Amino acid sequence: MSETAIGETAMNDDPLREPVWVRWTLIALAVGAMALLVVLPLLMVLFAAFGDGFRAWWGSLNEPDARSALSLTLFTVAIVLPINAIFGTMMAWALARFEFRGKRVLLSLIDLPFAVSPVVAGLCLVLLFGSQGWFAEWLAANDIKILFARPGMVLATLFITFPFVVRELIPLMEQQGADEELAARSLGANAWTMFSRVTLPNIKWGLLYGVLLCSARAMGEFGAVSVVSGHIRGLTNTLPLHIEILYNEFDTTGAFAAASLLSGLALVTLVVKFWIESRHGDVLAASHRRIS
Amino acid sequence: MNLTLHQLGKHYGAVAALDAVDLEIASGELIALLGPSGSGKTTLLRVIAGLLSPDSGRVLFGERDATGLSLRERNVGFVFQHYALFRHMTVAENIGFGLQSRPRARRPDKATIARRVDELLQLIQLPDLGGRYPEQLSGGQKQRIALARALAIDPSVLLLDEPFGALDAKVRVELRRWLRKLHDQTGQTTLFVTHDQEEALELADRVVVLRNGRIEQVGTPDQIYQAPASPYVFDFIGRGNALDGAVRDGQFLSDDGAARFVAPGVADGPVVAQLRPHDFERIDPQHIDGGDGIPARVLASHLRADRITVKLAVGELAKPFEWDMIDSTDAAPPTVGERVLLRPARAKFYPRAS
Repeated sequence: MSETAIGETAMNDDPLREPVWVRWTLIALAVGAMALLVVLPLLMVLFAAFGDGFRAWWGSLNEPDARSALSLTLFTVAIVLPINAIFGTMMAWALARFEFRGKRVLLSLIDLPFAVSPVVAGLCLVLLFGSQGWFAEWLAANDIKILFARPGMVLATLFITFPFVVRELIPLMEQQGADEELAARSLGANAWTMFSRVTLPNIKWGLLYGVLLCSARAMGEFGAVSVVSGHIRGLTNTLPLHIEILYNEFDTTGAFAAASLLSGLALVTLVVKFWIESRHGDVLAASHRRIS
Repeated sequence: MNLTLHQLGKHYGAVAALDAVDLEIASGELIALLGPSGSGKTTLLRVIAGLLSPDSGRVLFGERDATGLSLRERNVGFVFQHYALFRHMTVAENIGFGLQSRPRARRPDKATIARRVDELLQLIQLPDLGGRYPEQLSGGQKQRIALARALAIDPSVLLLDEPFGALDAKVRVELRRWLRKLHDQTGQTTLFVTHDQEEALELADRVVVLRNGRIEQVGTPDQIYQAPASPYVFDFIGRGNALDGAVRDGQFLSDDGAARFVAPGVADGPVVAQLRPHDFERIDPQHIDGGDGIPARVLASHLRADRITVKLAVGELAKPFEWDMIDSTDAAPPTVGERVLLRPARAKFYPRAS
């Protein structure tokens, strides 16, 4: 194979190339660590989940509390994703296109949800909406329940996942520049035409990528949601919370069945993410390019 | 459409990007805005387009005051330096974008738009590229598509920002001749920005030379080249040699007293003499009459494609003179160290403070 030969000669010229035994040791170490720390635990989840057979697995998923946990998880994701996509795009556009006082502060604030522990994020919501909180009286007067109900869980998830879309889009928009948008305007396009025909098509893969990361995190979020949920079975339990409860009650099969479901969702996300990276890497922000 | 700029000003902090710019442009003119970077040429173009708003002054399209109009309302064709083609649209979609984006009441039907796009593709001589995407095109092709896209909306003026800046030298020359032809064909009032004096002189009907946000000179390429209004324009428009001295009774005498030549019709007083490299005659040392001329010593000579450029040390000047021997067939290039006497065939004199 002449191509391989050429490839190898080229690689032999690489000044960073180490002796064979060093390379193989390093690769073996990396693969070993990966297998031990990531793959093995994931396999164990599957083993435990299907340990009592497929019927038991299906039984513990088809049970009302599990179904309600799954549906609450999907419900939260279904609200959080569009909100993050819309506000994330607006925010990224404002930050990438305009210069204003306080822009740098705002840019650092976007990362706050990543920096703060999710538990703290949950506690903030308790401070605002709890029975001793700032809005407690007003909420009670209007009979609105936020904590220990779905609105609180959605808010907590929103807080945690907000940065994903913005973080993905800002570098992409800065890299593409404003010229195409200005050209559209100079050709007579109104703001909506400009956005729908120029801005959005240019960022769509980046947006999808951000939304994907956002959904993975929204499904798996535990800390912040745990604080505001109140753990009411069949009402305010998402999948991760459901898993914790089952586990604490020594229902191993049930806990691992639900865990396998969550892992499955994560795997699907990972596959789609990989597909976007390899097929549309050229229209993602430079940091995510994976052109093979 | 004719264009009037009245006392335009634009400041960034204490720096004036535009300083009281007045300019009248007749309908159908092809105008070059020429200057080095930071001279305000791009700012001026962007103010006319409505991409920037001026601090003071007015922009008039015909009789209509356009100063307060947005980019969208001005109906100008703006061609960006890096083309800014819509990357996810085909060439035909790019060109049709302006018509397609009109409000429903003024939007032509699909067939009309398609016909207009075809016409424009013919006009820019790329009839078969309608289905391509921008990333499949060469730089020169992208430039023409961007131009067609701007022309599609029947703009009142066409504005080009460094239209050839991103192209390689050969394509650049071809494309600017093509643009001149296209302009003669369409008669579209056009302004383009450039820092390349050759481009400005070859292409434009009139050249506007800018410096620090002010207009230094406006004129036809001939006027600009033959009668630069200031040493700055002289220097910017081509290569030049500067010699400080004084004029008395129609005679120029350099400050060090070594160089002397006629300065007919120039008022007495201290001047700087500006000389183009190709405006020298070499005087046979045996026939030196009365010592007129510039004595110099040869430092080096370089063979160029169409000339020999000789570098000369003149007096105590730090910057060597350049002398182009155009007709290199009858004169062998002088050897290094040789002394020569040059007589300026033509010189420009600019008064200076002594």
